[in-house]
Amino acid sequence: MSTPILEVRDLVKQYPALTAVNGVSFAVPEGSCFGLLGPNGAGKTTIVEIMEGILAPTSGEVLYRGEPLRARFQEEAGILFQETALQNFLTVRQSVAMFRGLYRRGLDIDEVLKLCSLEKLARRDNRKLSGGQRQRMLLAIALVNDPAVLFLDEPTTGLDPQARRNFWALVQSIKAQRKTILLTTHYMEEAEVLCDEIAIVDRGRIVAQGPPQRLLKEHFAEVLLELPRQDFPPAARRLPMQLIEASDRVEITTDDLDGTLRTLISAHVPLKNLRIRPPNLEDLFLELTGRELRS
Amino acid sequence: MMRRLLAVWHARNLEFLRDRGALFFTLILPLSIIIGMAIIFGGPPRPLFKVGVLSAHRAAAAPPALRQSRASNQPPGRGSCPPGRCAADAFLRERYVQFIRVASRREGLMDVRRQRIDMLFAPGDPPRYWVNTDSPKGYIIQRLLLAADPHARRVQVRGKAVRYIDWLFPGILAMNLMFSCLFGVGYIVLRYRQSGFLKRLHATPLTAFEFLGAQVLSRLSITVFITAALYIGVGTLIGFHDSGSVLLLLLLAVLGSLSMIALGLTISARFSSEELVNGLLNLLTWPMMLLSGVWFSLAGAPKWVQRVADALPLTQLLHAARAVMLYGAGFGQIAPSLIYLSVITLVFLVIGAWSFRWRI
Repeated sequence: MSTPILEVRDLVKQYPALTAVNGVSFAVPEGSCFGLLGPNGAGKTTIVEIMEGILAPTSGEVLYRGEPLRARFQEEAGILFQETALQNFLTVRQSVAMFRGLYRRGLDIDEVLKLCSLEKLARRDNRKLSGGQRQRMLLAIALVNDPAVLFLDEPTTGLDPQARRNFWALVQSIKAQRKTILLTTHYMEEAEVLCDEIAIVDRGRIVAQGPPQRLLKEHFAEVLLELPRQDFPPAARRLPMQLIEASDRVEITTDDLDGTLRTLISAHVPLKNLRIRPPNLEDLFLELTGRELRS
Repeated sequence: MMRRLLAVWHARNLEFLRDRGALFFTLILPLSIIIGMAIIFGGPPRPLFKVGVLSAHRAAAAPPALRQSRASNQPPGRGSCPPGRCAADAFLRERYVQFIRVASRREGLMDVRRQRIDMLFAPGDPPRYWVNTDSPKGYIIQRLLLAADPHARRVQVRGKAVRYIDWLFPGILAMNLMFSCLFGVGYIVLRYRQSGFLKRLHATPLTAFEFLGAQVLSRLSITVFITAALYIGVGTLIGFHDSGSVLLLLLLAVLGSLSMIALGLTISARFSSEELVNGLLNLLTWPMMLLSGVWFSLAGAPKWVQRVADALPLTQLLHAARAVMLYGAGFGQIAPSLIYLSVITLVFLVIGAWSFRWRI
């Protein structure tokens, strides 16, 4: 088996009043897209920042191509933070060029602008870009050194659905070049579309890891029924079913759809607003942690 | 390393030049102050006599008399004094005359030549005095002295007067340099840290030394350019007295800028609070602005105030610049100030680099 491009071993990060990361280990194979999912405060950004080499762990280690992080890693890693401010009064091209100047090798500036569909925006002030354009520029900056591994920290947060899908297409084209991507996201759909493997992080620990479809199959042999909370009478909560109560709805998982429906009808639960769907990653998180992913 | 440094240097310069507000405050504001001061203080000299008293004689006669003369317009007192010294005491109690202690005869004579003081007086038996024969005020104050003590010995000095605007101009240049360096570096590094730009740079191969080096060089080149532009611009517009070496002034501008940049970097190296950095910068700039002698001479101020003022880099820069521009001082004469500025630069650069933090 080949050495993973990135490997995290027993990572711990402690603050005076908090253990942000508590014994996390995983490996990222070269050329794959690895997703770290979790709610705010779960510890995923801390893990990523330690992996990026900008935060020191309390204990544990991060290996790049089997070796501790060194100057080579910084030359070969591209990073897109969730929010990155740039120098004022610079155009898109000048901003990208400044970062290009920080690396020994990399892509031609025109090439990277073209890759991120920024040719027409090259002369625009970087403060006058829309959210989607700005994220494309930050992606161009992350790609300017032609990185072997690309960190994308919640790259589509705040983007409209169209811009988000455009960004996904861009990431998929980068994936097609066999670049390794480490993605953190709040959007389960994003993880399902882009990631070959995911790790769900909660309270500083990995609570599940594997390819998204495999994890769903492992945890859900059933279908999922959703009912508005107000339609679900308190007496029905005592029914012999697997129930998860969210803020606005009640979710029932079952592998016997007909039987469950009969039970609900006999308990006089109104089914007018019933929704039946296959489980997704958000359901998986609820299953594993018992709380909403976007808490 | 050089390529990375140049990349940040170039981008930083573009950022500065496109910030019209910053350009306005750096270029137009000091120009407006100079022109305004030239209008306000460009008139005839104020009717106040200034007499430098050699401090070697301070213990003997000067202190009580100096206190008396500075305090009010009281008539000259007739207290008891040893024979031969009463005449000098009487003179030192004259009304409407400011008596200023002078540390050395050389310094006092320079002030007499430039008519910054109207007379240099050495109490004794007989007392001696130096007056500028080109100075009308020197003539009148001489008459006052001779009325009090006809035996006082005169030594003649010659030299042209220094206009207030000539005296003020180096101060405005130095003050502008101080604000540009302290706030230009302090606030920019703080903004970079607050916005997360430093954190992003930290994830690249750029080292702290390269980043700080780029900031120093960028601000240094901008400040020296602006100072040179003001020097040429004011010289062309209203003219000023400069009897020294331009190269020496350039060296002073470079060292003065470096010391202020180092100070600004030290303040912004670690902190993330805008208010705190703002407070610290104000804490530095206000005393320097008031005590460094930009607007008025501290010659008559208490000794401790002068000692505090001497420790400020702006004072060293300003004294050296005035010595070069007004009195044609050479490298050797301003060497102590150059050394002081270099030491301050090194000390604060080391502290700034050591305490530098990329993130909040």
